[in-house]
Amino acid sequence: MTENSATKPGQTEVWITGIGLATSLGEGLDANWAALQERRINVDEKGFAPCVVHPLMPVSFDGQIPKKGDQRQMEAWQRIGTYAAGLALDSAGIKGNKDILAKIDMVVAAGGGERDLNVDSGVLTAEAKGANAPGFLNERLMSDLRPTLFLAQLSNLLAGNIAIVHGLGGTSRTFMGEEVAGADAARIALARIASGESDIALVGGSHNGERKDLLVLYEFGDFNLKDKFAPVWARKDHAGFALGSAGAFLVLESKAHAEARGAKPYAKLTSVVADLAKRKQPGDMAATLEKLWAKLPRREGKGAIISGATGAEPATSEERSFLKGHADFPVRATGTMFGHTMETQFPLGIALAALSISRGALFPPNDSTGTEIDMQGAPTQIVVVGAGHWRGEGMALVEAVR
Amino acid sequence: MTAPRDKFGRPVVVVTGMGIMTSLGTGKADNWSKLVAGESGIRTITRFPIDGLKTTMAGTVDFVSVDPFSSTALSERMAEIVTEEALEQAGIGANGDFPGPLFLAVAPVEVEWPQRLELGHAVGKPDINYDDLLRISGGGKFGAYHHRFMFGSVAAYLAETFGTKGSPISLSTACASGATSIQLGVEAIRRGETDAALCVATDGTVNPEALVRFSLLSALSTQNDPPQAASRPFSKNRDGFVMAEGAGALVLESYEAATARGAKILGVLAGCGELTDSFHRTRSSPDGKPIIGCMNKTLADAGMEPGQIDHINAHGTATPENDKMEFNTTSAVFGELAQKIPVTSNKSMVGHTISAAGAVEAIFSLLTLEHQRIPPTINYDNPDPTILFNVVGNKARDARVTAVMSNSFGFGGQNASLILTREPA
Repeated sequence: MTENSATKPGQTEVWITGIGLATSLGEGLDANWAALQERRINVDEKGFAPCVVHPLMPVSFDGQIPKKGDQRQMEAWQRIGTYAAGLALDSAGIKGNKDILAKIDMVVAAGGGERDLNVDSGVLTAEAKGANAPGFLNERLMSDLRPTLFLAQLSNLLAGNIAIVHGLGGTSRTFMGEEVAGADAARIALARIASGESDIALVGGSHNGERKDLLVLYEFGDFNLKDKFAPVWARKDHAGFALGSAGAFLVLESKAHAEARGAKPYAKLTSVVADLAKRKQPGDMAATLEKLWAKLPRREGKGAIISGATGAEPATSEERSFLKGHADFPVRATGTMFGHTMETQFPLGIALAALSISRGALFPPNDSTGTEIDMQGAPTQIVVVGAGHWRGEGMALVEAVR
Repeated sequence: MTAPRDKFGRPVVVVTGMGIMTSLGTGKADNWSKLVAGESGIRTITRFPIDGLKTTMAGTVDFVSVDPFSSTALSERMAEIVTEEALEQAGIGANGDFPGPLFLAVAPVEVEWPQRLELGHAVGKPDINYDDLLRISGGGKFGAYHHRFMFGSVAAYLAETFGTKGSPISLSTACASGATSIQLGVEAIRRGETDAALCVATDGTVNPEALVRFSLLSALSTQNDPPQAASRPFSKNRDGFVMAEGAGALVLESYEAATARGAKILGVLAGCGELTDSFHRTRSSPDGKPIIGCMNKTLADAGMEPGQIDHINAHGTATPENDKMEFNTTSAVFGELAQKIPVTSNKSMVGHTISAAGAVEAIFSLLTLEHQRIPPTINYDNPDPTILFNVVGNKARDARVTAVMSNSFGFGGQNASLILTREPA
């Protein structure tokens, strides 16, 4: 039906042939994989106190964004994303391949709007000190805002910067809407490739969690994790998410297109489904997750679940109750290791699923509650679950290429 | 109209419902009568003080009230009103039960100044920084602002109100957003995922910071007096676009589904195309190739030749660069026909509705097809001698119109075009 983009008989298989990661654990697949093996977590409890955040492991942006002028035109969230997108193109072996980059379809999940904190604070302080002439705000904004800041705030300018820096000349669509935007980006890209509308797509998102303006926004709803870090599943009495910084991009490609250029898959993306639970009654969200689970193609192999659970309530308890019904699937919560990266969490989940399948092992549990159990042997099917802290539910099935 | 599938074997996508709101008014009838009469919706801003601004006019929608006011709340309310109009015309589904997905073009959402100033007041001391704001933001006092300023909030509200199916998509492709929302709907129907889609685009972001941002990029007209004469597409003395508010909603259906339920078909979405420009964040590639490619892709998607297009609803923002680029690229695609095909820019009257423009102008294109009358480009007293379009200047023109190309180009290298026809090609 409308929310389903599973590959159907006669449609092409869609492979994940490129993965780009820049996270709080490091850049690139090896660094992230090694950190996961060592159960390392990079968390800052002091810099944004009382809020807890997972800061980006510093990277040299020059490596993927060679022009300083380009870097200056972006705010951090765009630099992280443009960097990770470059890593994904490298990983797929298509960096600088003009023929492919000229037609690649981009679907980006984005937030936006990094504020200039000094400008905002200056206006608020002046107002508190009595500035109240009719044109006061206009005049401050006209004189204090950097002209290019707007472009560093616009949601679709993450995609715009990726196109400029990496020379992408196909199509570009930006989806907004917090966590589920990441699922919808993958869902639409998959549907377009599976139906033959597109051969190859760059899909992903990026998020800068080290932003006080964002912390204020989520504080309105008391969603921030405070004072002390704990694994996602251990936050029931101390609920909240710790924002994380990350960029996660994937290159999705039809099997035929990948084979024609000799590209190897990490895994295949079989299905992405998404919905909007009403979340008016307890159990609404869990029921929607169960419905999405049932829409995924039948699972016959060795399975696992990678969850984007945030740690915020009641969504995390709803998801836990859904997971209890599938207790035979080992679960990993990316929010524990990477923090909550909002629009990026779902592409990050797909990336880690594909990485786990390609490396022949699920990464180890990182949890004090027993929700996450060890997994023996190589996973062949991983379900990625992405339930928003407020709205939106997504699910994907990533499978080994047989 | 007999073929349920196009020449590529895909389901033909038709429009069965439309709703519109601009600074000219609410609904198709009111907008159309004012549009063909050459009325301008541009006025001096009264919503907030204009002292200290270089641009003091806009196409605001002042006749819709929301409380508490925010641009996002206005966008949401406008989207709701135009969706009601479109659904009433389409007569599809049941109340609160639309049988397909929602694709919503909406301006990026952010906390706005009235709310930020309210937080500042709550801090209760003169020197205020973000740590202070963070300290007083929790505890539920501002809980409603979390929901209000989520990017997905408008789509979630519309999806719940109208009962659309699945995960609603909120999208931004800058000034091409409205066209992209339609394109997503067309693709979903062509893939056979659904028989119907609700495509909505809305923008209510005339607020001080948004105006200042465009002003600092020198994108806006500063011909404030009289405001009605500020938007001058294709004129020699054009000096920028005029920010405006508005919304458009279209019910798309497969031809087969629409005819099966006896729906009146208002037009056909014959082709969609998009192409990214990686030249610059705000400027088009000087050779115009991405825009040329976008128009060509759209013609190819519709299976049509340039000679079959008999009207162009231009992006026509009235910025010095856009209009020139649009003529040059149109000439590259259409050859000499670029000087013969009647061209108009609705933005001369309603201003630039930004995220909504692609949908608003698609609806005006469909009304043009219905009435066989092309709305004028007003303020066309001093034609730019280098732009040799056959501009429908100042007065509406009766014409035989069978296929319209509607163009949208935006910041971030976003280009999208649509071809709308009366009947399947």
